[in-house]
Amino acid sequence: MRAGHAAQALFAICQREVRRFVQQRSRLLSALVRPTLWLAVFAAGFQNVFGMSVVEPYDRFVTYQEYVAPGLLGMVLLFNGMQSSLAMVYDREMGMMRLLLTAPLPRVYLLACKLLAGTVLSMLQAYAFLAVCAWFGVGLPWGGWLSALPALLLCGLMLGALGLLLAATIRQLENFAGAMNFVIFPMFFLSSALYPLWKLQESGATWVWWLARFNPFTHAVELIRYALYGRLNGEALTVVAAATLLFFIAAALGFDPQRGLVRLRRQAG
Amino acid sequence: MNGDAVPPSLRVVRLSKRYGALRALDGLDLSIAPGEFVALLGPNGAGKSTLFQLLTALFVADAGVIEVDGVSLAQRPSAALARIGVVFQQPTLDLDTDALANLRFHARLHGLGHAGLQRAPVLLAELGLSEQAARPCRLLSGGNRRKVELARALLTQPRLLLMDEPTVGLDPLSRRQLLDSVRRRCADDGLAVLWATHLVDEAEAADRVLVLHRGRCRAEGSPAAIVAAQQAPDLQSAFVALTREPAPGRAEEADA
Repeated sequence: MRAGHAAQALFAICQREVRRFVQQRSRLLSALVRPTLWLAVFAAGFQNVFGMSVVEPYDRFVTYQEYVAPGLLGMVLLFNGMQSSLAMVYDREMGMMRLLLTAPLPRVYLLACKLLAGTVLSMLQAYAFLAVCAWFGVGLPWGGWLSALPALLLCGLMLGALGLLLAATIRQLENFAGAMNFVIFPMFFLSSALYPLWKLQESGATWVWWLARFNPFTHAVELIRYALYGRLNGEALTVVAAATLLFFIAAALGFDPQRGLVRLRRQAG
Repeated sequence: MNGDAVPPSLRVVRLSKRYGALRALDGLDLSIAPGEFVALLGPNGAGKSTLFQLLTALFVADAGVIEVDGVSLAQRPSAALARIGVVFQQPTLDLDTDALANLRFHARLHGLGHAGLQRAPVLLAELGLSEQAARPCRLLSGGNRRKVELARALLTQPRLLLMDEPTVGLDPLSRRQLLDSVRRRCADDGLAVLWATHLVDEAEAADRVLVLHRGRCRAEGSPAAIVAAQQAPDLQSAFVALTREPAPGRAEEADA
């Protein structure tokens, strides 16, 4: 694989994803409306219910809005990962995946391009939501915009790779909504996005606490939370990096023509 | 044409593929010389699309050899794929964008660089699509969409062009235009073509016809030779006779 060829293909795939994103104007709006509603309505409503103790990574009392912001950033990444996956299933139905997979490049590289292209969109949306947070006066440190970049990137890759894996296993567009319900909602609610894990433990919801501990999305949210304050959560980084690798390898195996987990729609003839 | 120095544009040896209990391809042999137009004639379910999926590395054969322009698809898939242009049976255009953008995307995907990007409008013009180049593909007729796909397949300057039932859904005039465009490329550029179809009139225009039925080659030769061998009045009758009965030694239905 020539470097020039690899760069051209990556550019083409990223450009196509961004163009489609720009063409679907409602997509950015819906990507922002969802977490904004949580921030402006849910978090505002519970502002006085959930008191946040001074626990790591915070060195002061934080409002519930500030606590929930990293979780909502995670939500933006999670939804975009699923959206990219949906776009892949759509591409498969429309035949575009067939075109992509017959390009003279290693299939793993083409999948990595797809993953990177989806992550570029995740980044755009995450930073748009950070702007929304600033507009609402959430109080995240400005330095966090920069220090959280690697964390957002890695978490975007992890959730994009999860989407890739779903695209490899879901055969038809119609099955997608059901599958998303089984991924998005458990991942989001069984995590530290909305409440710290110790609160779950304290309230006696032990099994929920256990599930949340093993949920990679919890670690993604914590990685972002710490990074926003210029701190590194080593455990979260390890889990997120390992999960990214695992999801991507599983997705690559799913798209392997030899193993053929993916059934490109077979034609008569 | 198939001399010692020049390898065949496509060489397929004892190619087999099963889908579970179904034998989709059963020991198929095929060779296409540069500049040769070969029609792969078979009814629905004959194994034509399975062959195309193997030739484009979408699936992997259970047994057999595929070489494109002397390059093994199994050993050097990228190099072999770079020598192939494909028009799939199922449309594969990005309908939300225009013809030129579709070709440019393909050029970058194949690493063609600046030369490829420049060739795109020239090819569209050669196929009479200059005026349609900037229109969203969604607004193009079926025939023009197919021509865009042909232009895209030719963009990489392939040695072998695979056309998988490309005229499905087209009116007779569009079918004729597409067929003529490809025949011209064969004659002018020495492009080898494998044209899958179940329409006998398209096969009649070929240098050579391979009749595929239930995963096996039932007859091969020029249209006239096949008609003569079957002692049939025309190719249509010969085709019906060759595909009427199950191929020998096959217990299961082939292909899906």
